[in-house]
Amino acid sequence: MDIAIADYLPILIFMFVALAISCLFVLANFLVAVNNPDPEKNSAYECGFEQFGDSRMKFDVRFYLVTLLFIIFDLEVAFLFPWAVTFGTLGLFGFVSMMVFLAILTIGFIYEWKKGALEWQ
Amino acid sequence: MTAQLLTFYLFSGVILISSLMVISTKNPVHSVLFLILSFLNAAGLFVILHAEFLAMILIIVYVGAVAVLFLFVVMMLDFKTSINKDNILQYIPIGILIGVVFIAELIIVLINTKFDLSNIQVLPNPLSDFTGKSNTEAIGSVLYTDYILYFQLSGVILLVAMIGSIVLTLRERVGVKRQVVSEQLQRQGKIDLVDVKSGKGVDI
Repeated sequence: MDIAIADYLPILIFMFVALAISCLFVLANFLVAVNNPDPEKNSAYECGFEQFGDSRMKFDVRFYLVTLLFIIFDLEVAFLFPWAVTFGTLGLFGFVSMMVFLAILTIGFIYEWKKGALEWQ
Repeated sequence: MTAQLLTFYLFSGVILISSLMVISTKNPVHSVLFLILSFLNAAGLFVILHAEFLAMILIIVYVGAVAVLFLFVVMMLDFKTSINKDNILQYIPIGILIGVVFIAELIIVLINTKFDLSNIQVLPNPLSDFTGKSNTEAIGSVLYTDYILYFQLSGVILLVAMIGSIVLTLRERVGVKRQVVSEQLQRQGKIDLVDVKSGKGVDI
């Protein structure tokens, strides 16, 4: 194992500890806790009506639009990270390249703003 | 080396198991959660390959954004009616066909490629002048200059995705009162400023 990978060993150990603790709590719940199942415990008890429909209702398609727009700007920021790290050595060409990329996405951003996709009507 | 190998088997084993669970669980929401688990383990594989930047991007973009998108898509579908056990059998022929084509492609690639262990060793660090640079620096030093075509193409693809999703899903809702700040601030004529004399009323 070389040095760079060895740096991540604490994270790996941390993952195993987290896995062990979470499994331990679930198992302890099965072993220790009092378990007397009764259908009455799951029924609606003096608290209003039985439910009319299913609580798993269909989501509005507007959530999809919001998430997709989030992904696009998420990716834009992801492209900015390596650019920022190597900014000093890239020179003018790398700078203009990123500016063109940002301009393309800004066109989309203006379109989105003018269409009212950012407003929750 | 053995610890690295064991970690590789751990991550790839969890990926295989969770991928199997993705296609075999009945509840589509559980499928998406298992997909997230396989994304996380793929990020672990990237860390083993020294590709830390890709690992973090995989977690930020795939787990943070794409998985949420999948969850919304699953929530939008009416999956109570779409799950029908009788329908599963009729998909078997086309499933076998796709599987056979995929395995045939894999076998053709395996036969025609001469695997050389020295090539595999180089994979995490493919170009020699990247030595001493971190993964993020190595990507940044070539992506914006040497691979500018792919970089700008990805920008155009993102633009197309943005415009496409807006065109497909955004529709004007009628009868909804919205705030138009400029019009509201410019309202004139409907407001009367009246100087009220002391002790006297005002006719409205």
